[in-house]
Amino acid sequence: MIRFILRRTGSLFLLLVAVSFITFTLFQFGPADPASAACGQECTPERVQEARVALGMDQPFLVQYVEYMRGLFSSRMIGAPGAESLCQWPCLGKSFQTNENVSDIIARSLPYTFSMAIGALVLWTLSGVGLGLLAALRKGSPTDKFIVGAASVGVSLPIPVTGLFLLLVFVNQFHLLPFTTNEINSPFGAQGPWAWLLNYLLPWIALAVLFSASYIRVTRTNMIETFGEDFIRTARAKGLAPRTVTFKHGVRAGITPVVTMLGMDIGLLLGGAVLTEQIFSVPGLGFTAVRAAISGDLPVTMAITMLAAFFVIVANVVVDLAYAAIDPRVRLQ
Amino acid sequence: MTQPSQTATPSPLASGSTKTGAFLEVRNLSVKFPTDDGVVSAVNGMDFTLERGQTLGIVGESGSGKSVTSQALMGLLKGTSAQVTGEALFQGKDLVTLPEAGMRQLRGRNIGMIFQDPLSALHPFYTVGHQIAEAYLVHNKASKKQARAAAVDMLGRVGIPSPDMRFDEYPHHFSGGMRQRAMIAMALICEPELLIADEPTTALDVTVQAQILDLMSELQQETNSALILITHDLGVVAEVCDDVLVMYGGQCVESGPVDEIFYDTRHPYTLGLLKSMPTLTTKSGRLNPIPGQPPSLLALPQGCIFSARCEYAALAGHGVCESQRPQFTSEDGHGTRCHLGLPQILSIRNPR
Repeated sequence: MIRFILRRTGSLFLLLVAVSFITFTLFQFGPADPASAACGQECTPERVQEARVALGMDQPFLVQYVEYMRGLFSSRMIGAPGAESLCQWPCLGKSFQTNENVSDIIARSLPYTFSMAIGALVLWTLSGVGLGLLAALRKGSPTDKFIVGAASVGVSLPIPVTGLFLLLVFVNQFHLLPFTTNEINSPFGAQGPWAWLLNYLLPWIALAVLFSASYIRVTRTNMIETFGEDFIRTARAKGLAPRTVTFKHGVRAGITPVVTMLGMDIGLLLGGAVLTEQIFSVPGLGFTAVRAAISGDLPVTMAITMLAAFFVIVANVVVDLAYAAIDPRVRLQ
Repeated sequence: MTQPSQTATPSPLASGSTKTGAFLEVRNLSVKFPTDDGVVSAVNGMDFTLERGQTLGIVGESGSGKSVTSQALMGLLKGTSAQVTGEALFQGKDLVTLPEAGMRQLRGRNIGMIFQDPLSALHPFYTVGHQIAEAYLVHNKASKKQARAAAVDMLGRVGIPSPDMRFDEYPHHFSGGMRQRAMIAMALICEPELLIADEPTTALDVTVQAQILDLMSELQQETNSALILITHDLGVVAEVCDDVLVMYGGQCVESGPVDEIFYDTRHPYTLGLLKSMPTLTTKSGRLNPIPGQPPSLLALPQGCIFSARCEYAALAGHGVCESQRPQFTSEDGHGTRCHLGLPQILSIRNPR
């Protein structure tokens, strides 16, 4: 088990290096010119050159990259010679736009993304697995057909449609919920958990509609398959109560593919839900990343890309560990 | 030893029955499955009786309705689309009409079941011991510790070495034979009066088969339980059964004491089955199969179900085999469903 974790940590590190290098290269050879963007409207070639030096972009590509990566392990000095400032560890650089520490920007955005992800996750897992299980138990009935139908509608509705629809109905039309505010980013804040819940309810629903549809389908298919297994017949032949047969024997065995999906989706979502954050004006990682990419703010884009990759990889490791916990046959090796 | 005939006197051991009657009495049991292509008649009017301490072998080829019969008796078809009709009186209770909740009380405690492939029949995610203890806990008010002790004891009784250690292992740690032993331990932990074994040795190799059969006979004698052994292996039947019931196309075509079925065969299908068994003295190197295919259960023939494959259908004359379903006639506990009279059967069996 320890060897497994060590090996996965090693590959995690290598993957992060690869991701950072690719992002760095893309920016280097992309059309965006951060220096002219940073120097503003009235700009002379000299001022652009000054800005370029200030941003460290006059250095050769590899030097820039190594310098950037060094910041992940120690504090470093940043800025033009003579006007350097200290960037505390973990140094992800300073924003080309605001000269703010990137780590501060991320620390500010992360709670919004977490708030969005956690609620949506709970909502879609409960509804997806619950409805999928119900459909499997009532296979062929009108309930089953309705759930399957609703799932295919849900999966084909893009976030802008559901999001704007929800806003229109619940906020504009009937004033049932407040419009999302960026003052609330944690259930432990001054306004308390209830305000947090109301604030994020619509984004959660919008994400849950999209995600739970595929969870319904995967759960239903797998549970139908599992309920046909011999060990379910054995469980019934023992005289176990239907509830025990369904949950202890059925769901435990049929849920593994859902765990995989869940891991992937958590990883993806923690990297920022770009569309949802835009529509509900939630200043999370996705929102910040889009703004940074448009303005050519390399350090911010780099940091968020790497963080997103980090979350996906970590989620994968967690999925593997969860598999071993669920299925004793995986523990063999 | 009582015979499986309607006139059988109830064994004194069949106590606990509310009506006077056999320990298990199945009358006109039929199972139909509605499908998109039509109604599949899997079992068509089965009759048999069974007493405690007896072993009944049900033989027949794949799709002859052996397993469906056993599942109907276990009530495992309740809650599915299957239509079960007829009667199956177990100690006076009708297993066909008994609601699921009542059936659940019987399953595991009064009727145990052993399945064919122990690897897929055991849950891969729980330890063998846990699964056996679980079967004990459903029907007994006991602590986890007591259940564990009972399960360890049972594992020992089915011949698993160091049962206390094996308790905590998973099915994939066990060998095929061990798994079937564990399956037997699970089925027997509540000492059921009736044990149904659905091809218990089919997935095992021959040396292990004999051990498992011995074990089942031994445990059956200890608890004086009744055993229904479903198999397509006539060798197994000859070894352990008291009575045999031969199934074809969801019907019982011949039934009787094991010796009579083997040495006084009365049905052409049973004859065909016996002839198709390879023996060490068979001269030609080829097997003797029964030609043709079993009938489609979607559309059973109007006449005798076996008529299309029967070599001797012409002997009955007037196309009676193709047009009329023969009745099941029984004499001294040996019954058959055939239009041919005994002299004709004898001349087929002993050709001059």
